Amino acid sequence: MSSESISNVPPSVKGVDRDKDMSSHPINVESKGVNFWYGDNQVLFDVSLQVPERSVTAFIGPSGCGKSTFLRCLNRMNDLIEGTRITGELQIEGQDINAKDVDVVLLRKHVGMVFQKSTPFPKSIFDNVAYGPRIAGQRNRAYLADLVESCLRQAALWDEVKDRLQDSAMALSGGQQQRLCIARTLATKPKIILMDEPASALDPASTSRIEDLIGELCNEYTIIIVTHNMQQASRVSHQTAFFFEGKLIELARTTQIFTNPKQKQTEDYITGRFG
Amino acid sequence: MRRRLLLSSSFRLICRVAVYSAILVLVTLLSVVLWLAMERLTLQFFQRGFSLIPDRAGIKAGIWGSFWLISLTAIFSLPVGIGAAVYLEEYASDTRLTRLIKVNLSNLAGVPSIVYGMLGLTVFVRMFGMFGRGIQLNLLSGWLVVPLPFGKSVIAGALTMSLLILPVVIITTQEALRAVPGTIRTASLALGATRWQTIWSQILPASLPGITTGAILAISRAIGETAPLIMVGAVTYCRICPGGIESVQTLLTDPQRVLAAPFDKYTAMPISIYGWITSGPPFMSVAAAGIVVLLFVLTCFNGIAVYIRQRARNKLKW
Amino acid sequence: MKPSVPAFLRKGRTRKGSDKPHEKAIGFLLLLCALVSVGTTISIILVLVNDGIFNFVGEKAFFQQVSLKQFLFDSKWLPDSPEPRFGIWPLVNGTFMVSGIACMIGVPLGLCSAVYLSEYAGPAERSVLKPVLELLAGVPTVVYGYFGLVFVTPYVLKPLFETLLGFEVDTFNVASGGIVVGIMVTPMVASMSEDVLRSVPRSLRDASYALGGTQFDVSMRVVVPAALSGILASVLLAFARAIGETMAVTIACGTFRRIGVNPFESMQTMTGFIVDASFGEDDAQGIVVKSAFAVALSLFLITLTINVISQMILRRYREVYE
Repeated sequence: MSSESISNVPPSVKGVDRDKDMSSHPINVESKGVNFWYGDNQVLFDVSLQVPERSVTAFIGPSGCGKSTFLRCLNRMNDLIEGTRITGELQIEGQDINAKDVDVVLLRKHVGMVFQKSTPFPKSIFDNVAYGPRIAGQRNRAYLADLVESCLRQAALWDEVKDRLQDSAMALSGGQQQRLCIARTLATKPKIILMDEPASALDPASTSRIEDLIGELCNEYTIIIVTHNMQQASRVSHQTAFFFEGKLIELARTTQIFTNPKQKQTEDYITGRFG
Repeated sequence: MRRRLLLSSSFRLICRVAVYSAILVLVTLLSVVLWLAMERLTLQFFQRGFSLIPDRAGIKAGIWGSFWLISLTAIFSLPVGIGAAVYLEEYASDTRLTRLIKVNLSNLAGVPSIVYGMLGLTVFVRMFGMFGRGIQLNLLSGWLVVPLPFGKSVIAGALTMSLLILPVVIITTQEALRAVPGTIRTASLALGATRWQTIWSQILPASLPGITTGAILAISRAIGETAPLIMVGAVTYCRICPGGIESVQTLLTDPQRVLAAPFDKYTAMPISIYGWITSGPPFMSVAAAGIVVLLFVLTCFNGIAVYIRQRARNKLKW
Repeated sequence: MKPSVPAFLRKGRTRKGSDKPHEKAIGFLLLLCALVSVGTTISIILVLVNDGIFNFVGEKAFFQQVSLKQFLFDSKWLPDSPEPRFGIWPLVNGTFMVSGIACMIGVPLGLCSAVYLSEYAGPAERSVLKPVLELLAGVPTVVYGYFGLVFVTPYVLKPLFETLLGFEVDTFNVASGGIVVGIMVTPMVASMSEDVLRSVPRSLRDASYALGGTQFDVSMRVVVPAALSGILASVLLAFARAIGETMAVTIACGTFRRIGVNPFESMQTMTGFIVDASFGEDDAQGIVVKSAFAVALSLFLITLTINVISQMILRRYREVYE
């Protein structure tokens, strides 16, 4: 609590009702006391949080604070790096995802991820979106065609590409490629979508389209977005988590954290004293 | 200052002369060979096999022998080489074994080709003398007769050549795989693909032009190699086409001969050329004609490789 | 909302990807492919040792019949005569003469080409010159041998040295073999040196120009010295390649085994002897063939040593600049 005024919270994007009561929603993602090491270097300290179903949660914090690392724990992408170690409980829909009998491949279909730099495959637009279902064994052409169309519509890309589905995805613009990556992720029918700074490499027009997209998607999917853009975090999320030096400092409703943060470190970060 | 500038420009001239003289040598070589080969490059040259009379010498046996040799070499070396490269780039972690394999590869690339010939001689041709006078395996109810040891047959030569070009295939494939951005792998895995699915559906298709170019270059190296083949018994003065197959028609219609061909005696284009060179002055123009054919085949192969490389470069801009 | 039961609870733990049995099998198969290369090296060593030093199958290896002392210190190499002599020096002499001449030609040509390509040539010129150099490297060695025999000796060496200067030039001579092998290694030296020169950081060049240097100053006084160890490595590799060269020297250099320094005489190299010994020789157990293995073993050891040293130098060079 300080006497300094904090900037007014910008209006939210359409579809995100920041005042909506989430207490009736079951908890989708829950972490209890998660610690994480790269080799001997500990980067996450006792992180505990909860994410309700079909909400948008933003992770904010200065670079190197561990927010992206924690995000990657949620679909076990950190397993690909050698020498990593995790302790604590990390549950998705009530199941510990680090348990011995968890099939990581299926976990990743269930928890999708959109990366900072759009990475379309050097294939056609159609093949990009159909990739996920195809490697899961789906062969039915009609089904795939329908699925591709529905995902491209959800990603607000259908109208722009419907006539050229067989063209190479590399020919799309940056913003279109990122929406394609979102469509690609949607095709595996996930329940949770992780976004790691999805719009940071895009121009403002594409950025706002992505944010509008988040507003539409949150009615069906649980979304967790890492961003270094605080205005963006306040626009798109129901609740916000502030990370600093590997610890979760504060987790609160977005409207509250940006107007009346409880922790001094949070306030310092939001008012721009550091980071 | 003027003297320094003079030194600089004369140095530049020297370097220029060096580079262009290399080109001059190449042009001279090609012209000399063509000039000497002119009179011999007739249609009959391609239709005849070996003869003791220069006028009646031909390269047919050499072409067919090279065809069998190179086909079998490709069949053996490409899958193994690409598989090894995929393992080293995608599966291997940085253990002692991996480092040993990588160091070993660069050493193998520098071993003289004739040492590979000795390897082939003992391991494939003689099989360490294990079989005494030799036995014969009858497989596929008599359709396939495999002599053990392999003796001086096409398959021994092909196995030897495969080992020779294997390091080249592995190294060029590794480079092609490395050129695929890591983000493709990450994105594929994040969509729930297994490691092999990622390799098969994304990485191999994306690196295919590079792999193909490398494979073609390795094969063209194999086409021109002579020394190891001499060691494993390619016959210099040879009229035989392996399996007795002398036309494309026979190749397509007579499966028994096709199965017998790898175990037959053979010659190859560079071997025929060497035989002619050592046969004295009357055969010099015949040798030149053989060289022209060999260079033509090599140019075609390299041309295809360059074409693939150019098209890939235009299509795929990461 | 119906409570969803996550489907990701299945048998099969993994850290890097699905543990399905066929994934593991594929990984194992690929490992086998990689081990083929290790197997090749082991086989080479086994084969050379088997017939050279210590036989496994009941025949007698070379060094079980001939003493190492004779091999290293005798002055004549005559394994096929009724009174056989087994001194390796004539062959080593021939090999090093050829390789020496080859490097004297290939290294300056290759280095100057590399300097030209990396410091002076524009992109248009480079796009023409580099493929041509690659073409030179792609010509098979039999063709070079033929070229040496049919063109270099009668039309270059003889007019120059015999007619003009009065030396006697044999039909088969070391000089022509050395010259064509030199041409053969030029592209190798050029491309390796160019890579090495390219990895010298721009900042070094810029600093030299800023201090008022001409292009000669920059290339010869700054860039080349900075790249010196890398260039040395490429020279060593070229030397090793020249030593291992077979067909061109077999064709152009002849079969006389002698110790001497006259490049216009015929001299047989180690590789030339190996070809000579196996040509038509069907008695795999005879001493002549075994002596070929001994020569091959020596050749292998020499080239391996040079290659290893060269790679060590290259690695140290890369550490400095990358």
